[in-house]
Amino acid sequence: MSSELMIEMKNVHKWFGELHVLNDINLEINKGEKIVICGPSGSGKSTLIRCINRLEEHQRGNIIVEGTELTNDSRSIERIRGEVGMVFQQFNLFPHLSILDNCSLAPIWVRKLPKAEAKEKAMEYLKRVQIDDQAHKYPAQLSGGQQQRAAIARALCMEPRIMLFDEPTSALDPEMIKEVLDVMVGLAQGGMTMIVVTHEMGFAKEVADSIIFMDEGQIVEAKNPKDFFDNPESERTKTFLSQIL
Amino acid sequence: MSAANKEIGPPVIELGVMGWLRKNLFSNLHNSLLTIFGLYLLYILIPPLVNWIFLDANFVGSTRDDCTNEGACWIFIQQNIKLIFYGLYPTEELWRINFVYLILFISGVYLLIPNLKHKGWVGAFLLIIFPIICVVMLSGGLGLEAVETRLWGGLFLTLVIAGVGIVLSLPIGVMLALGRRSKLPVVSLLCTIFIEIWRGVPLITVLFMASNMFPLFMPEGVNFDKLIRALIGVMFFSAAYLAEVVRGGLQAMPKGQYEASQAVGLTYWRMMALVILPQSLKMVIPAIIGSFIAIFKDTTLVLVIGLFDFLGIIQFVGTNPDWLGFSHEGYVFAAAVFWVFCYAMSWYSQRLEKKLDTGR
Repeated sequence: MSSELMIEMKNVHKWFGELHVLNDINLEINKGEKIVICGPSGSGKSTLIRCINRLEEHQRGNIIVEGTELTNDSRSIERIRGEVGMVFQQFNLFPHLSILDNCSLAPIWVRKLPKAEAKEKAMEYLKRVQIDDQAHKYPAQLSGGQQQRAAIARALCMEPRIMLFDEPTSALDPEMIKEVLDVMVGLAQGGMTMIVVTHEMGFAKEVADSIIFMDEGQIVEAKNPKDFFDNPESERTKTFLSQIL
Repeated sequence: MSAANKEIGPPVIELGVMGWLRKNLFSNLHNSLLTIFGLYLLYILIPPLVNWIFLDANFVGSTRDDCTNEGACWIFIQQNIKLIFYGLYPTEELWRINFVYLILFISGVYLLIPNLKHKGWVGAFLLIIFPIICVVMLSGGLGLEAVETRLWGGLFLTLVIAGVGIVLSLPIGVMLALGRRSKLPVVSLLCTIFIEIWRGVPLITVLFMASNMFPLFMPEGVNFDKLIRALIGVMFFSAAYLAEVVRGGLQAMPKGQYEASQAVGLTYWRMMALVILPQSLKMVIPAIIGSFIAIFKDTTLVLVIGLFDFLGIIQFVGTNPDWLGFSHEGYVFAAAVFWVFCYAMSWYSQRLEKKLDTGR
């Protein structure tokens, strides 16, 4: 694999008030790599990926996405958000728009695609996540699993080079988790660069190039799946794994 | 088992007219008494009203001497209808007002009929070109004789003040609401001060200030039209209230909607225009229309600065020696017309809510 550096985080720190939520994060992610981040709640894993597209602002250190350093300059933020797609735990579809309009909104207004082209492309991605038959419904009419797949399609419509997933299956009923994970596995096999915050260890084993364990704002351990599950070094990792496996 | 279940319907007591009556009006002693008391109230109130308004009323004639019956004298309204509807606007120029009404009516009906094409263009016409037509047609210019605003009056003046107030206050209110929630402290502070000052002052004071004090601050010789000053006052007053209503809607928006919009790369203004405002305005439609209705009725206060709106002119014609003693008819008529307009707004708001409901 050609190792083109996509995301670089150097000595990143963040505080919420007094709380040190990210403590000296160093991370390099190459093109096509799939990273799974896990850890107890409050460990800073969501905050970490939300810093990558500036939903949260880091206070120290550097974050460089595809050669663009993330600063307060709105142009750098816009450029990076154009390259980075995000999927949320609560889907966050736009309830006043049909699924198709959810998907074509940003391509039309941000990418300036002609309407017809944007909708055509949206249908293409909806087909890929297998809800093209629901395209004209509103989000409230869909099941949780369908909504999350629509949210993935919405992110893909911007043709991002990196996808962030923030606990994409945590809000789903158990029988719907698989349909979402299947879509994500397909995406991984297509070569997308992915950072996934999840507790789905089966998914991690199947697709991750590297699993990162975080606790108290720090990266405690970062290893390939086999070593991670078989030879965890840190006590905290061992405790965590014993609790969730 | 299942065959037996099919035979069981709802209990007979719940069905039919008798069932409905029993369930809703006579379910127990307490309810039955209330029902009977309500019916009695209607019985003593409705027949005399109907008699006065319709059965015993006089509709035909030309002077007060034609009002012979016990009931209302609608001749009073009929004889003064021009004043009541148009104020002192020159009679030979009335077609200009009617022409504006006609355009408004046709565009309005067009917008209300479902599934017609080019509604966006009609809307744009109403918001951009129609106001220009109004200014030219109503106040004169382009070869039309000028009509001073002191001649404007009656229902026409009420509609002008309320219409301008409503149409302009919504965008200003939205901007104020966004400003008050802005992360920029100066913007937020200025908007907050602006809103709180206007909300803290009674409309009647605003109108007095606009009419009497504002000219004191202007350099000598600069003279704004009194109507325009009143319009600006009403507009900002209404905008301040709307700003708080809209802010309520903005605050009810889940954080995830902002984050999802940002994540797909929408800039602040696009996020607001495409995602946040359509949803939050929808949530506060009833309150927005409530504000509109309030401002419509509050236009009656312009009487205090010498503008004769609909109610003002009805009171005025009541003081005409030929028609003394008919103020009841005047007020009932005014109430009926106000009710029609206010109910129309209320009806439209319910319709809009239903139309925009996409579930949550």
